[in-house]
Amino acid sequence: MNQAESKNLIIDVLAGIAPEADFAALAGKAELRDELDLDSMDFLNFVAALHERAKVNIPEADYPKLFTLDGAVTYLCR
Amino acid sequence: MTDFRMPSLGADMEAGTLVEWLVRPGDKVKRGDVVAVVETQKGAIEIEIFHDGVVSELAVPVGQLVPVGTVLARLDGGVTAALPVAPPTPAPAPAVVVPQPTLAPVPFPPAPAGRLQISPAARRFAAKRGVDIYQLKGTGPGGAISVADVESASSAPTPETPQRRTGFDRPAMRQAIAAAMSRSKREIPHYYLSQTVNVSAALTRLQQLNSDRSPAERMLPAALFLCTIARAMTKLPELNGFWEDGRFRPGDGVHIGWAIALRGGGLVAPAIRDADKRSLDELMAAMRDLVQRARSYGLRSSELSDPTITVTSLGDRGAESVLPIIYPPQVAMIGIGRVVTRPWVVDGAIGPRPVVTMTLAGDHRASDGHRGGLLLTEIDRLLQETEAL
Repeated sequence: MNQAESKNLIIDVLAGIAPEADFAALAGKAELRDELDLDSMDFLNFVAALHERAKVNIPEADYPKLFTLDGAVTYLCR
Repeated sequence: MTDFRMPSLGADMEAGTLVEWLVRPGDKVKRGDVVAVVETQKGAIEIEIFHDGVVSELAVPVGQLVPVGTVLARLDGGVTAALPVAPPTPAPAPAVVVPQPTLAPVPFPPAPAGRLQISPAARRFAAKRGVDIYQLKGTGPGGAISVADVESASSAPTPETPQRRTGFDRPAMRQAIAAAMSRSKREIPHYYLSQTVNVSAALTRLQQLNSDRSPAERMLPAALFLCTIARAMTKLPELNGFWEDGRFRPGDGVHIGWAIALRGGGLVAPAIRDADKRSLDELMAAMRDLVQRARSYGLRSSELSDPTITVTSLGDRGAESVLPIIYPPQVAMIGIGRVVTRPWVVDGAIGPRPVVTMTLAGDHRASDGHRGGLLLTEIDRLLQETEAL
């Protein structure tokens, strides 16, 4: 998966969790949980959706790598 | 004939707007069935019926505001359940209905001869459906035209079902929360306790459980905390129940109201019934289901009136501790702070440990701080032995 595809997938998943958010204004380095007000359950759903749609294994220890948009894109493009 | 009334939806809710009927006259229903949808400040709530029987009449048309206690429908052959699915609800209006066969239904006063006998509800329903009421033959009390008659006469396919709103009425919800919390602060003599609990063993256990699971099957620390709280509650029954009419009424099980924050503000705490008897996996599934339904397509009426105690977890971005305000008529509430790493003394040496601050607000009319303290101690003890869960 390339960068653009990863970013689209991530934003599509996040839009399902935080439908009111303005993703055009979302900075790549911003903390997603703060920016989009994601609680523990939201974040778990985010990880579960990425796992399912990008077919990548995401151990719990890797969660911090998904805390920003840039970080998540890099993670999916590994 | 049995009246089915609008059930209580918790202390902070007095009315809702009927937006959808899911049954029609002639339908067989059994208790627990979802028969209608009511729009409230807590979103769309699915209304469950308390009786078995056959629907003979829908007494309220779609679009009408219905206060708690209003007759929503009438049932034939209604066997009033000895106990409703929900425990007797705390609202002033009774949700459990005793059949009153000799009493004439209020909306249908005997009409003078010659005048068309039709219930107001049926008249409005007919207008909505475009049915000519003068062509109808009534089958209701005294030959009156009922909603059922209009329903069967309107051969046209069901018109557009009113849309369930997906959003919440924020100002109304804020008002409802304010009303319940004002009542709590006014009436309940709260006492507050807190205990910092070392959760390293519990989190290690959770990590083990999660390590070979796919993300969708993983469990959150909140599920583990909930699991231990529910089990500890069984030892302190005086904290589990309701303060009503000047005395304590114990809950008929440990039904934990799980506080869920809604996006953009607002709060709802639906029940996870018999939480003490559920496994960790079952509790996680119940939490998932409740969070999703609270935020989207709605909760069930019994879930709003059943909780015997409320638990709020501040989550991984929350504050370290909370002093909860009891949700009346409950008599206690438990708060779970954010997990933080702090210096901790183990075997005489200081080391970093993940800890969480558990708090309890208790109603002094029902219990004392001594008993409340035992609850927190029991939760702490269970969190050191999570292998058993």
